[in-house]
Amino acid sequence: MAGRERTPRLLAHAALILGVAILVLPVYLAFIASTHGGADFLSGRVGLLPGPLLVENYGAVLFAGASTAGIPPVALMLLNSFVMAMAIALGKIAISLLSAFAVTYFRFPFRVAAFWIIFVTLMLPVEVRILPTFQVVASLSMLNSYWGLTVPLIASATATFLFRQVFMTVPDELTEAALMDGATPLRFFWSVLLPLSRTNIAALFVILFIYGWNQYLWPLLVTTDTGYYTIVMGIQRLARAASEADPVWHLVMATAILAMLPPVLVIALMQRLFVSGLTETQK
Amino acid sequence: MEAKRVTFRGSALPYLLLAPQLAVTLVFFLWPAAQALYGSLFAEDPFGLSRTFVGLGNFAALLADPAYLNAGLVTLVFSASVTALSMGLGLALAAAADALGKSGGAYGALLVWPYAVAPAVAGILWLFMFDPSVGTIARALKAIGISWNHALDGEQALLMVILAASWKQVSYNFLFFYAGLKAIPPGIMEAAALDGAGRRARFRFLVLPLIAPTSFFLLVVNLAYAFFDTFGIIHATTGGGPGQATTILVYKVFRDGFEALALGASSAQSVVLLAIVVALTALQFRHIERRVAY
Repeated sequence: MAGRERTPRLLAHAALILGVAILVLPVYLAFIASTHGGADFLSGRVGLLPGPLLVENYGAVLFAGASTAGIPPVALMLLNSFVMAMAIALGKIAISLLSAFAVTYFRFPFRVAAFWIIFVTLMLPVEVRILPTFQVVASLSMLNSYWGLTVPLIASATATFLFRQVFMTVPDELTEAALMDGATPLRFFWSVLLPLSRTNIAALFVILFIYGWNQYLWPLLVTTDTGYYTIVMGIQRLARAASEADPVWHLVMATAILAMLPPVLVIALMQRLFVSGLTETQK
Repeated sequence: MEAKRVTFRGSALPYLLLAPQLAVTLVFFLWPAAQALYGSLFAEDPFGLSRTFVGLGNFAALLADPAYLNAGLVTLVFSASVTALSMGLGLALAAAADALGKSGGAYGALLVWPYAVAPAVAGILWLFMFDPSVGTIARALKAIGISWNHALDGEQALLMVILAASWKQVSYNFLFFYAGLKAIPPGIMEAAALDGAGRRARFRFLVLPLIAPTSFFLLVVNLAYAFFDTFGIIHATTGGGPGQATTILVYKVFRDGFEALALGASSAQSVVLLAIVVALTALQFRHIERRVAY
């Protein structure tokens, strides 16, 4: 049996290695491109090995940007992306924890109605209500601000459902004990529920950080001031410049690498939390 | 929807706790969605000075518009291809990793990271590889006699965005298929093997039916991804072109609303998209109910 099993095992390894190679290829080529000079591309000198300009190219995009194309330094865009990702992740978690607490631990009129209103947001992605949402944000003077970038995105039905599920598994005895000890609801929330949901919060944070970092359409709509560009949308302006005027592919690819580095690192370092976050939010 | 058996008392507190979530939902979700529904019933003159009620006229105009029907067709081809390609590859890789037992898990880390790459960034990576003058793949294709130029050839442009969108989505499918395969009790497979079922027969008649719920769930999620989340790929690479070759529905609603400023038509398109999301969500929930019933 063992002898016959060896060939399928080799085939499986080969298939997986091929799969990994296909996934890595675009990123590898981008990295190689980001270490060469702009003039090397047309002459075909960019091969499959890194060039000598790693530090120069990354330094250039990080701190100078492409001033001819009106692109701010990437360091600023990274900062904006970080602020946006953190605010969206923490904001969603905070308001969802509170609303899940309200609908599971209280009985009050319109409880079910509130639950349905939250549920409906599942069916209204930004793409479906682009223009009217933009008008609302514009009329509240929230264009070109961190508020405008984040607040309209922090409602979350998924997170609310997840926390509700977590709270439903918390034994009622704990609530009874808290009531007997005269603890206020907020005290119970803070000292019992929050510590019990710690891993769920962490797992959800990983997913939501990536979600916030990778936002594209929304920043495109609400920012015209280059000072508020996020890196994921800023790269498109840079690429457009690259395909039109002088070839700046080395700078575009350096920016692409910088744009994917933080979320990919988050997944790599917190793989276990990432997997449980992804499967939990889909339940 | 149940509450806990033991609950707290408080009349104002639950409303206060819900206030932030409900405020954001009402102001940025429900109100704009209502605006879209309402606006889809009116026609506005190009200067936005007056609007007239046209009932379902915008929808009729939409369905009679060849450009819109074309966008619908492109969306179908695009999402069917992305779904088939990324689910097929995801399943193949998951089956390979599962066949290796414990050592297969080591590949997991190497396969899941593209999930974290933004669609727009994924698009840019593929745009570079296919750049007609400097791209590695375009040059390799030229060497074997295929001339590549997605700026001129609509089919090539569509193929490029399909590849970019699938590349990013393989990880997700791999992850869920792998979990589904690992959940199959080894006893069932051993029994089938003892009964003389070969590798292929076991996969076809045991594994595939057993992971059917996962596959159905992934089908819905992948379609939703291809319909909505790929906006960034299209916008950052082809801009819907050449011509209308890569204009999918979400891209069209954006362009008609923001660049052409056709308010009524754009609202009607939003409402059509809304119907698609509602249908997909309903499908997804049917799946969950079925799984609970098991």
